[in-house]
Amino acid sequence: MNLHEYQARELLKAAGIPMADGEVAGTPDEVLAAAKRLGGSVVVKAQVHAGGRGKAGGVKLAATPAEAREHASKILGMTIKGLTVGKVLVVPTAQIASECYVGLILDRESQRPLFMVSPAGGVDIEEVAAKTPEKITRLAVDPRYGLMGHQALGLALALYQDFKQVRAAAKIMQQLYQVFVANGASLAEINPLATTPDGTVLALDAKVVLDDNELERRPDLAALRDSSAEEPSEVEAREAGLTFIKLDGNVGCVVNGAGLAMATMDLVKYYGGEPANFLDIGGSSNPEKVVNALRIITRDPSVKVILFNIFGGITRTDDVANGIVAATKAFEVPVPIVIRLTGTNEDVALQILEGVGMRAQKDMDDAVKQAVALAKEAA
Amino acid sequence: MSIFVDENTRLVVQGITGRDGSFHAKQMLAYGTRIVAGVTPGKGGQTFEGKVPVFHTVAEAVAKAAANTAVVYVPPGLAAGAVAEAVDAGIGLVVCITEGIPVVDMTRTMPFVRERGARLIGPNCPGLITPGVAKVGIIPGQICAPGRVGLVSRSGTLTYEVVNHLTRNGIGQSTCVGIGGDPIIGTNFIDVLAAFQADPGTDLIVMMGEIGGTDEQKAAEFVKANVTKPVVGFIAGQTAPPGRRMGHAGAIVSGSSGTAAEKIAAFQAAGISVMERPADVVRLVRERLGK
Repeated sequence: MNLHEYQARELLKAAGIPMADGEVAGTPDEVLAAAKRLGGSVVVKAQVHAGGRGKAGGVKLAATPAEAREHASKILGMTIKGLTVGKVLVVPTAQIASECYVGLILDRESQRPLFMVSPAGGVDIEEVAAKTPEKITRLAVDPRYGLMGHQALGLALALYQDFKQVRAAAKIMQQLYQVFVANGASLAEINPLATTPDGTVLALDAKVVLDDNELERRPDLAALRDSSAEEPSEVEAREAGLTFIKLDGNVGCVVNGAGLAMATMDLVKYYGGEPANFLDIGGSSNPEKVVNALRIITRDPSVKVILFNIFGGITRTDDVANGIVAATKAFEVPVPIVIRLTGTNEDVALQILEGVGMRAQKDMDDAVKQAVALAKEAA
Repeated sequence: MSIFVDENTRLVVQGITGRDGSFHAKQMLAYGTRIVAGVTPGKGGQTFEGKVPVFHTVAEAVAKAAANTAVVYVPPGLAAGAVAEAVDAGIGLVVCITEGIPVVDMTRTMPFVRERGARLIGPNCPGLITPGVAKVGIIPGQICAPGRVGLVSRSGTLTYEVVNHLTRNGIGQSTCVGIGGDPIIGTNFIDVLAAFQADPGTDLIVMMGEIGGTDEQKAAEFVKANVTKPVVGFIAGQTAPPGRRMGHAGAIVSGSSGTAAEKIAAFQAAGISVMERPADVVRLVRERLGK
């Protein structure tokens, strides 16, 4: 789960990391007041889970509180990549002497948290990695011992010469490591870690991505979720226990299992169609999940056909068939449904479907071809 | 012949009295897997299905029932601890089915597993099956058939899809292994490829990968350098949008890395025959076996 910048700042601050001032605001008047408190000259930043905020006009510099208010009235409510901006972060414009990058990610290869630091901060770190990889220093941390003092110093020495700044940066890195492990993050990043003209080291920005698997046992972190900043159908799906990602095509897909769901989308494309979504109903087959899945997909006006691809293992295909029947009784499904279903209890499932005049295929390719053809007819 | 599980497997089921654990323990028993013990703390002394003794701890299951393999059906918050318990009791192979384990827990558990020289398969995996001999996990037994094709996959139902194509066309399997869809897993493609390469009962390897990370690219390099048996591969997620987690926690394309195109190119460069769609598996396996 992505956190907003203002939420990430709170986590870093709570860990003791020196952070540039800043206030979150939801109305232009709040922005005006915040800008006054922060000294007048500020940056107003849209809080939205989308990259390229600046290019979309979501980050604006203001010389006075009045100008900040004006910017805020435009940024609040604007849409960036389909997401509406509900909050802005107001930060004072800072005098900056240097900008470094400090990031911590979960590294699949070493199976450890991995520090990446670079004196080339303030820019996209992937770009630095691609163009000047020698400017990045890496260190995988043994989670049993944490980031040890000498390791933190070693990383900080890659960034600063002044030993006061080295010590300050080393401390920040240990604090950032604490933020990472204590909150089950998969990414924690300060970009830039800046120095002011008087030599103070402080974080100007913060980015934290949490491991979704952590949220179940951490209601405090789960509460940070901003559902208004997400695609509404994805929020509804999550609440129904489904994994759903909206895409741009017109073939709605309902599949059990993530790998098969991806392969189904790929096969739709292979036969000349475009998938409308990724949807995994998961392993345990509850007819209610199928009803919810159909409800969510049916609401998408671009969907011209709905394709079920179910390979019964733990999932009982008769449960899925019952779900399809229940859904068609509960509400109108305005587009054709193509069903592929095989595996556990498939004979029962076929009888259930035949009872309401529906048919199912056994072969994935046949079903996908038929769905793509129907989508093309309707388009 | 087979890899990892065979007629010597003596299985302990952790979480055997739970909803998932009891369901799948019955399925495994019906398949013929030798389940020698179950473990649920607090339920020691019970008997499962009238024949499997239940213990409080894995250590008891090892001491009293000589278990040598464990399968974990324990809820996500406790699963990493269950893996550590099994390894600490001297179990050499632990298969963790549980989905949703916090990754932080796995970063702490993996070094513990390694230090004790054990193998973990998973988490968030369907387990493995040596058709006709033993199944450990949740792969449906009826879609598999004994034979000489080894299969390794990051996913569950996509594995079933491919195994089903093979079996229906008379191509049996030596062992099918689901390694799991999480970012941190105990056994990766290379571990399984090396085992299949060394297994005299395996003639060809089918490798089912997906977007995210670089495991498939590294596996391709390994194939090029170390695998003399033919390999047929697939990558799921060609249509996945970047930056989104496609169900599996590990299936995420970040920036320009981890894409399907990159992985398919790596497979091809290593001489792996790449399926365009799951149904291609039959044709490619026959081609590579010269049948």
